[in-house]
Amino acid sequence: MPGFVKKLVGAAVILVVLYAVSAAMSREGLFGFGLGAYESEVLMLVGINVILAVSLNLINGFTGQFSIGHAGFMAIGAYASAYFTVYHGQGLEQSLGGGTFAHALVFTVAILIGAVVAGVMGLLVGVPSLRLRGDYLAIVTLGFAEIIRIVILNLDVVGGATGFSVPGTVSFFWVGIVAVITIVVVHNIVKSDTGRALISIREDELAAEAMGVNTTRYKVLSFAISSAFAGVAGVLFGHFKRFLATPDFTFIKSFEVIIMIVLGGMGSITGAVLGAIVITILPELLRQLPSVGGFNFADLRLVIYAALLIVIMLTRPQGVLGEREIGLHWLRRAQKAPEGDRQVGDDSGVPIAQKPKAADQEGTGGGGQNR
Amino acid sequence: MDTFVQQIINGLTIGSIYALIALGYTMVYGILRLINFAHGDIYMLGAYAGYYIAHWLGFAGEPSIAGLAVTLVGSMVAAALLGMAIERFAYRPVRKYARMTTLITAIGVSLLLENLGVVIFGGAPRSFPEQLQNETYTLFGNAAISKTQLLIFGVSVVLMVLLQWIVYKTKVGTAMRAVSFNLNSAKLMGINTDAIIVFTFALGSALAAAGGVLTAQYNPTIYPLMGIITGLKAFVAAVLGGIGNIPGAVLGGLLIGAAETFVVGYGQLIGIPSTYRDAVAFAILILVLLFRPAGLLGTTVQEKV
Repeated sequence: MPGFVKKLVGAAVILVVLYAVSAAMSREGLFGFGLGAYESEVLMLVGINVILAVSLNLINGFTGQFSIGHAGFMAIGAYASAYFTVYHGQGLEQSLGGGTFAHALVFTVAILIGAVVAGVMGLLVGVPSLRLRGDYLAIVTLGFAEIIRIVILNLDVVGGATGFSVPGTVSFFWVGIVAVITIVVVHNIVKSDTGRALISIREDELAAEAMGVNTTRYKVLSFAISSAFAGVAGVLFGHFKRFLATPDFTFIKSFEVIIMIVLGGMGSITGAVLGAIVITILPELLRQLPSVGGFNFADLRLVIYAALLIVIMLTRPQGVLGEREIGLHWLRRAQKAPEGDRQVGDDSGVPIAQKPKAADQEGTGGGGQNR
Repeated sequence: MDTFVQQIINGLTIGSIYALIALGYTMVYGILRLINFAHGDIYMLGAYAGYYIAHWLGFAGEPSIAGLAVTLVGSMVAAALLGMAIERFAYRPVRKYARMTTLITAIGVSLLLENLGVVIFGGAPRSFPEQLQNETYTLFGNAAISKTQLLIFGVSVVLMVLLQWIVYKTKVGTAMRAVSFNLNSAKLMGINTDAIIVFTFALGSALAAAGGVLTAQYNPTIYPLMGIITGLKAFVAAVLGGIGNIPGAVLGGLLIGAAETFVVGYGQLIGIPSTYRDAVAFAILILVLLFRPAGLLGTTVQEKV
């Protein structure tokens, strides 16, 4: 089959599946088979977390920059789009005559607003921060996310401390489509020249710079794109929950996304998806377990996440999938597996033969790099 | 004028706490190039350790200097042991891996301590027993300084002088400085770097615990998540002063404490609500990293290939 027909068929299949799931969530269900409200909510959250995880993976996994401020961009997208929907969206929808098409159009505008505002914020945060090295970048992104959250907390026009109600509904169809778009876009970026540049920055930034890759430009670019998608996830989250409150966007949210991609493997898109699914479903599974000695396992959720994070780092730092992807290429003749798994952000250089992973202290005499 | 002096006193009080915690951050970063995210939680656990020591040893009933001393020293010892355990079981195995791995591990340990704290101690805030008969001494006008504040200043100064002595006048301190300069060369010179690293963690954790107990005297409410924001601000203080630089940590801590108090105190006059308090430290961090990343007292080191 020629290439584009394959893609068309694939897209059609995905659309049908998404529509079916979405219909199953509606009141009548799909041919009488319906998904309950609880399962629907979990699926929606899975979709939103997939968008968050895949977008964070672009900056953490493929570009090798450690950002833990993702919740901040999600918050910006959520609140910016909510502001639009609450103050302008209704009016716009009426003027277009109401109905599903008008609603869809207005919602698309809301998504775009969320994406653009979050993306621009990503640019603003990225340009000064991306001169910094790993440890500092982590703290700065955390700091920016906190500042963003505190500023939003003080803006009464979006509810301030009491929270912000958002009208409008979003179905799984929307979440599913956006999730698929996110995956496709990130996948295409990674496979392109831009992706090569990003991966080269992750592997060895100095060598990349020496080879003529404009590292700052690419780092800021991946940061902006990643933030834009986080903003979109925020839009969907806000319009799904129909209520926005700043405690939803603390660094705990950022850490949840980090755990998703660390679990799945920081260099792998399918890994991010897997991680998102597992981490979203885990609390629900924990809730099913009987209480042990007065401890409901679901309360231990965060303890389990933290312990999981440490255990992964001690035993398999590259995560479940490392940099491999699950995909249709498995159907082709067996691909040679990559030579051993590398550690997260391994900066020991490209091994010719399997070298023992001893990362020695940077610099020979005089302890040195930029503080 | 008296308000100004009061602000300074308050700012330096809270700044001393930040300084004590920042010292731990800076020392660990100096030898391992690792930001110990869990350090803020050791501050929290130090406060809780002091709480339990005070209650179990019967010092919770009425204020007593002996009780305060025992609580302080006891919590410092407990925190030192905890810090050594964290280093041994969480950080040492991943030391040989890439930097991001150690960073993620540190975040994991931090999350673990916080949420274990919530599960074990309960999320509800507790009241730390008052161990100092508090009195306020009026300086002039509205400016007053309380006995607790004098205690915080006094203990902080003593601990910092002690640390200076250890780092600059003892063999262990010289070894610490050598390891922070270049770990491999120190190893070649016969220094047991593992032991020095353990010692550094113990020292830093003890200081953080002291900060915890002192804070609890000043502000008796303790809760398991109290280490997060304070720890982050103390880290900013360490960066402001120049990370890896011990006097810098002290300077940074005092500056951040003063800045925070001034912004909250005078900000209300120009329309900045006091809820922006926490944002001050982060704003300072961003400014520092933009304009002087090495910090006030730090030296820029060139990155070698």
